[in-house]
Order: sequence, then C-alpha cells, then structure tokens
Amino acid sequence: MSWWQRLWRRRQMEEHLEKELRFHLDQHVSELIAQGHNPEEARRQATLALGGPEQVKEYCRDSRGTRWLEDFSQDIRFALRMLRKNPGSAAVALLTLALGTGATTVMFTVVDGVLLKPLPYPEAHELVTVRGHTETWNTKIFGEQNVAYPDFLDCKRDSRSLEMAGTLYDGGTVSEPGPPEYVDLREISSGLFSVLRVNLAHGRAFLPEEDLPGGAPAMILGYSFWQRHFGGRPEALGMSVVLDQKRYTVIGIAPADFRLYGNEPDVYTPIGQDTAAYLQNRSAHPTGVVARLRPGATLANAQSELALIGRHLSEEYADTNGGRTFAVEPLRPEIGDVRSTLWLLMGAVSLVLLIACVNVASLLLARAVSRDRELSMRAALGASRSRLVRQCLTESAVLALSGGALGILLANIGIRPFVALWPGSLPRAQEVHLDWRVMLFTISVSLLSGLLFGLAPALRSPAHGLEQALRAGARTVSGTARRLHSAFVISEIALAVVLLVAAGMLGRTLLLLSSLDPGVNVSNVLVTRMALSPATLADPGRIRPAWQDVLTRASRLPGVQSVAIVDTFPMREGNNQIGYSISADIPPENQQPTTLATSVTPDYLKVMGIPLHRGRFFDDQDRIGNQLVVVIDDVLAKQAFGTQDPIGKHLWIPGMASPFSSGGNAPDAVLVVGVVGHVRHWGLAADDQAQVRAQLYYNFAQVPDPLLPRWSQLMSVAVRTNVAPLSLVESLRQQVRGAAGDQVLYEVRTLDQLASGTLARQRFLLLLFGIFAGLALLLACIGIYGVLAYLTGQRVPEIGVRMALGARPADVMWLVLRQSLGMIFIGVGVGVLGALAAGSLLRHSVEGMQPADPSAFAIMIPVLIFAALFASFVPARRASRVDPMTALRQE
Amino acid sequence: MTEKSDLPQGTLDLLILKVVALGPVHGYAIAQRLQQVSRDVVQVPQGSLYPALHRLENRGLLTADWKDTDTGREAKFYRLTRKGRAQLEMEAASWERLTAAVGLILKMSDGGVQ
Repeated sequence: MSWWQRLWRRRQMEEHLEKELRFHLDQHVSELIAQGHNPEEARRQATLALGGPEQVKEYCRDSRGTRWLEDFSQDIRFALRMLRKNPGSAAVALLTLALGTGATTVMFTVVDGVLLKPLPYPEAHELVTVRGHTETWNTKIFGEQNVAYPDFLDCKRDSRSLEMAGTLYDGGTVSEPGPPEYVDLREISSGLFSVLRVNLAHGRAFLPEEDLPGGAPAMILGYSFWQRHFGGRPEALGMSVVLDQKRYTVIGIAPADFRLYGNEPDVYTPIGQDTAAYLQNRSAHPTGVVARLRPGATLANAQSELALIGRHLSEEYADTNGGRTFAVEPLRPEIGDVRSTLWLLMGAVSLVLLIACVNVASLLLARAVSRDRELSMRAALGASRSRLVRQCLTESAVLALSGGALGILLANIGIRPFVALWPGSLPRAQEVHLDWRVMLFTISVSLLSGLLFGLAPALRSPAHGLEQALRAGARTVSGTARRLHSAFVISEIALAVVLLVAAGMLGRTLLLLSSLDPGVNVSNVLVTRMALSPATLADPGRIRPAWQDVLTRASRLPGVQSVAIVDTFPMREGNNQIGYSISADIPPENQQPTTLATSVTPDYLKVMGIPLHRGRFFDDQDRIGNQLVVVIDDVLAKQAFGTQDPIGKHLWIPGMASPFSSGGNAPDAVLVVGVVGHVRHWGLAADDQAQVRAQLYYNFAQVPDPLLPRWSQLMSVAVRTNVAPLSLVESLRQQVRGAAGDQVLYEVRTLDQLASGTLARQRFLLLLFGIFAGLALLLACIGIYGVLAYLTGQRVPEIGVRMALGARPADVMWLVLRQSLGMIFIGVGVGVLGALAAGSLLRHSVEGMQPADPSAFAIMIPVLIFAALFASFVPARRASRVDPMTALRQE
Repeated sequence: MTEKSDLPQGTLDLLILKVVALGPVHGYAIAQRLQQVSRDVVQVPQGSLYPALHRLENRGLLTADWKDTDTGREAKFYRLTRKGRAQLEMEAASWERLTAAVGLILKMSDGGVQ
C-alpha cells in the first residue's frame, strides 16, 4: 500500500486498528477467564497489560508514515479556527500581508516581464546578434557597432553555425492609399521571420528572390499599421502602396504584437532591393543582425566562426575592414535604462513587505504569549516540541498564504494602472502579465514570509518549564518575549526610516532639478519632426528651396514669433556625437575629444532663447562655398581652448560623411565665430553626469549637397509662439503640406513637455517612494501601537502596584513612553545607517540624485518620531488610567 | 516468578520477524509465543508490539490479511514477505556475530589480553 492509499483509506485503517486491538483484548480476557479469573478482573488485567488503547493507537498511527499529512490537515483546520476566533487581529494581519505581498507582486510582475522573461520568440535562447567591432571605435561614447551590409552578406553566406537575417532602421512617407503618413520602416532580409520562427498573420514572408536588387517590390505591413491605415481589411493583401514614390505590393501582414527591438514597425520592405550607396559601402555599418544558432551549434562555435570570417574579410578588404572583427552575443531585449529603476522599486517594496512581516510577527508573538497556557497544556498532554513548532508554523503559513492570495487579487487589479502610470512607456509593457511565474513567486514569497514571521512565536512555544507556565498563566511577560517585541519595533522603525529618508532625498532632488536652468527657454516652443515630400527628397536640387519655403510659410502664421529647423534638439531628442581635433594633426578616433553637433538655421537661438555670449551666430552669408563656420557653447570653449578666446580659432572635424570636409581625406578647418550658453541637452537631471556635454552648432546651409537628402530626413521644425504652442499645430500642418500635399509632421510636442519628461523618472520614483514610505510609517505605527498595547496590558498588575504605592498617572505614562522612546531611538539610529547606504545606492542609479544631506534626515525623522510617539501615547494613556484595585485583584 | 529482562534496543523487530517466519500469525499469538518460548524471560510490552507490527508492515517486511481464527473470529494475520525473510536472515546473522563477540569478551580471563 502506498502512502497515499493509506491516507485515502484512513477511515478503513482506523476501523482495522480498532478491530485488531479489540481482538487482542478479547483473546487475552477469555484466556484469563479460562485460567479462573472473574470476567471483570480479567478485563482489568488485560487492559493493563496492553496499555491505554488510545495511546497504543496513537503510536500505531505514528508508525504509519502518513502522520505528518494527517497532522497537517488537522493543523490547517485548527489554524482556520484560530483565525475565525480572533477576527480582528486576523483581519489586521491579513490586510497587512495582502498589502505587502500585493505591492511586491505588482513590482515582481513588472520586473519579470521587463527584465527576466526571454524574448517573445519561440526558442529565444537560440537567438543571437552579430556586432562589428573596430579597435579604434570609441564604444563607450558611440555604443556598439552594427555591421556593413556587404559584410553581412558575406557572413550570411559563409556561416555554417548561424541562420542570419539583417534589419535596417528607416522611415518614409506612405502617400498612397489614404492620407500621407510618415511611417516607421524596417528593411529586412527575406529570412527574418523564419529566423525568429514567427508566422505572418496573413500572406507570406519575402522570398529570397525579392531580397535582391531589382526584385519585385513587395511590402509587409505591421499589424497596427494595417489596422490603422487599412481598417484591418483582408483586401489590403495585394493592394499597392506608394512609399517614398516607389510602388510596392502588399504580400503579408505581420502578426499582432510582433516587435523588433522592442518596437512595432509600420511597414517592412526587402533590404536587398535597396540600392543606396551606403549599403554597398563596407565602411558604413547600418545593418542590425538577428541570427539563430543552427541545430547543434553553440555560441562558442558561432563566435569562432564569425571571428574567422572577420579575419578573412579584413585581409581581403584591408582599407575598409582592417582591424575589424565580429562578435556574436545572445540577443537581448532592448529595455533602455529602466533596469535600475525597477530594481530600486523592487528593493523599496521588499522593505515594505519586510515591515508587514515584522508587524504580523509581533501580532502572532503577542498571541503566542497569551496562548502559553494552551501550548503548555498540549505539551503536558504529550505533544512533542517539534509538533508544537509545526503547528505554530502551519498557522502562520495559513495566514501567509491567505494574505498572499489576497495580495495576488490586489496585484491583479493594480498591475494595469501601474504600467499605465509608468513615465513614458514601459519597455516590453505588453509582456507584463500576472502569470504562473508570478504566482509561483508570490506563493514562495508568502511562504517565506510566513516562515519569517511565524518562526519567533513558534520557537518560543514550549520554551520554559511547563508547570511554571501552567501556574503563572499568561500574565507575565518573559524577558525574551519583551526583547523580541522590542527588536520587532526597532526593526520596523529602522526600515521606515530608510524609506522615509529615501523619499525625502528624492523629493529634494526633484525640487533642485526642477529649479535648474535648462539653458533654453522651454515655454512656448513647439517642436515637431517633419518629412519633406518624397519627390523633393529624390531631387537634391529642390531640397534647399523646400526647407526655405517651410521656414517662410511657418513664420507667416499668426502667433509664430520665429522658426528654425534643426536636426537634434534639447531634452534628449536625438544626438549626434562627433570627435574633433584642435590641430590639423588629427589623433586616432578613440583618442579624439568629443562633442555634440547640431545642425541649425540662423533663427535657432531666437527660437530656443539660448544666450549668445561672444561673437555672432549664423547669418545668410554662411553658405556653401564660403568659410565653414561653427558656434560652440561654454563647455566646448573651455574643453577645447581653456581660457583662451575661442573666436577666430579653428577646429578640425574628421569622419565619414562629414559636413566639414569638401572632399578628399583630410577635413577642412572650421572657424569658430561665436560662443553661446550651454544647453542641458540630456535633460535636467542627466546633463551634469553625461559623458559628452560639449556642444557645437553648424549652419544647415553649409551641409554639402550630397548629404542633404540624409540630413533632411532627420530635421525637425522648432517654432517659438506667442500663443499656446499646441493650438498652432493644425494650421502649421496645413501651411507646410507642400504642393503635392504629402509633407507631414509627426512626433509633435512642446519643449515644455520634453523638459518635464526628463524628470518623469524622478517624479515617478518620488511618488512611489512616497507611497511606500507612507505605508511603512503607517505599518510601523500600527506595530508600535500593537506591541506597546500588548506589553502594557501585560504590565497592568505591576502598574496597579506602582499606583497603589503612590505613582501618579503622569509617572505611569512616562514609564510607558520611556519604553517606547528607547525603542524609537535605537530604531532611528539603525535606520539612519541603513538610509545612508540606501542613499548611496540611489545616487548610483538615479540621474541627478543629490547626496544624502542632513535636511532629508532633519525633516523625515521628526515626522517618524512624532508618529511613533502618537502611536505609543494611546496605550500609555490607557495605562495611566488603570484602577489600582481592579489591577491588583487580577493577580 | 522468574526475573525479567528488558529487550535491547531493536531486538523486538528481530523477534517478531522470527515468530512470524514460522507461519501466519496474529498479534496476540505473537505476544503469547514470545513469552512462552523465552520462558517468560522476555516480556513483550504489548503496548509497543502493535506499533512495531505496523512499522514492519509499513516497511514492507510484513504483510497482513484478515482471516478467521479457529474460534471463528476474524483476526489480522501477519506473514513474512520476501524482503522480510531477507531482513530476518541478515539481522539474525548479525545478532549471532554480536552475541558471540560479546560472549568472547565476557569470557576473557582477568589476566588481560593473552
């Protein structure tokens, strides 16, 4: 019989046991009678010989091996009964736990979805990416490199271990059918969907023959774009779409929620059909690579194989590929900089959970102490110590799991609003779900916390002499219990201090950052990206007049003060980092100092309200053919020229496709004509710590003709208005539509929105830390109240004696308050140390975070002390009203 | 009345296995037989007989069926399983070895090691 059968047939087994023992007794009795005893005496002797039938049965049950399970169900029933018997304290404990686990579950759901889950493709562990690497490349500043398209094709052809597909990030204007719309375009290899093992929602993927120059123009639509632009109609398949003047046939629709590098592109075209020059050039590296390990291949195989291919290529094409290697890495989700925010919040929420556990522990301990009599009675009746510990732990486990279940319920309600509240958009938000992984986590956390808060009460259960406990009853508190209670209160206060101070530091940081000067006048500026007509872009001769036309028309709008076009604008909206040299003798790339470069039109300073410190800004004389000029900011002036006057000095700016070289290999010298104020390009918070802060402006009019189409794809329009900026959007849109009506604005925002967006993370953290700190404070106060009420309650007889001997109510109150003050001060002391540690953690992970300063402590700690004293005041007052006679009679 | 001895730890299981090896037998008879064969030297505490039986059954050394006795009452009869027989042989052998060794030591002369 297996153990579960034994468990299942418990009733039958009990009957058999009963029958077996009865048989034994009867046999013995009849034998004794046969020996001449009278029946009554015989039964007495037989029973004596066998021992107490119930005890024998109990021993037999013990030897069955299913004892623990039977006990377990018994314990659970008992625990539920105990909870029902004390509905008040059960409700407090449950609610505390539900809040703690609920908040933890929400945070973990987000952490799991964003940081822990694999990419949402089948067999995602086989997916890798290939990156190019040149020794002279400054990875720290410019990031990892992609791969040149010809190199990609060679790798793809030669690799035995990888199935590879290339992707190219691009954009364009869809002008037919429907109203013109600027779309997010990905040029992809024909194999992309099969490498990812993703099936299209409708239609088919690109064929290899479509992925070649001159192939039939085919297009795949993104699911959302299909819904938005085609109303999700299946007839979209086979329709023709005009993208940047080229007519494509729709052959497939990507599945819903299909994402590439975290974004859902609008349309896909075959990369092989693109004949752009930079795709034929081995020194341009635009191609992103997605690859899958072939069956049997390992990452190490792929790495050595690609390294070999890289070596061959660098020998064959020494001028472009010299010193260039390829690295194979696992493909990871793109999650930006949310990692530290998430772990910070997870940490904060764990502190709240810890406080909740401590609270429940002190609640249970108080109950355990008053149950001493019951537990001693059980011990006296033969329950072993381990049995009692087990029973106590079962009770707390039941409590913890019920709390956890409630917590999951709360989390289920809270998770969507939380994700929606996330500043900006949470990466991988669509993968954030409360699923079995989260459930498993919450259940383990609940059980762990149950163990945590149940251990102290459980371990003390049959702690001291039984008869002493039975005699004294539950009236005195042993020293251990009091010390434990104090330890609980101290740790609660310490944890609350950590959270409060962290919230205080965040609040102060936010105040400080919001008061920083961004370097531009952020009010009343509209910024919008703009796509010129595809026909214009195709004809470089028409580009300059088209932009001039946009400037003229926009400036004629009523409400517009000044207009400029610009490629990257402040508050992190794009950046172009370049290396420069202060002499014609140019150092290698990774030793060049760097600066941000921005291409602007002359009115840019007026639009942005950037102060001109020295020299001049651009004018109409700065055009192609004249001296190349730049304007630099304070930071670059100091970085490049120290204390010298930068006006009239020269800079040399090397690099591919540079607007600063008129041909040949050596860059031309550019003349510094002006110095302007520094702009906090990286946002209010991040700019001080940014790696590249220096800024350089050059005139869009001096961008050479061959670069104009590329530059024009990047330009934005910035407008200073004297009315509310967003009210101008529609008229501006109409005004700049162009002759063919296919010039579109997209990503329309105000500079104000962008500036406050750069503080969104700090604001969000402050909000949550504020909530957590408030919660912690509340829980800590409840804990202090509970513990003091309990401890004071136990001291009623002592207080009675004191009062009978002449103590005044004020003395009694002081007695109680002194006890709590002791705990509060130790707690604050420990908490301050913890807060200092937490502060340095925050500084490492939050941009612009101010160091832990006395003011955060000076404000937050009194708040806590007052709250804690308030919580202890109630029991103290109650103690002072003890009637000595009643108290003494209790004894 | 003869002097009684306490059973050394773990011997009860061995004795039960030995008695049961002689043929299917119920709990009461086991107690009787142990007492008789040992000429009342071994007093099996009846309270620990049944837990021991259940433990051995649990370990798969014994198996039991309900059968009628000579007097027509239904009783639980224990039998040795194959595993139980092996265990009995093993434990008996080790018991022999142990008692022989203990005997040798006890017979040792006072002159020390010879």
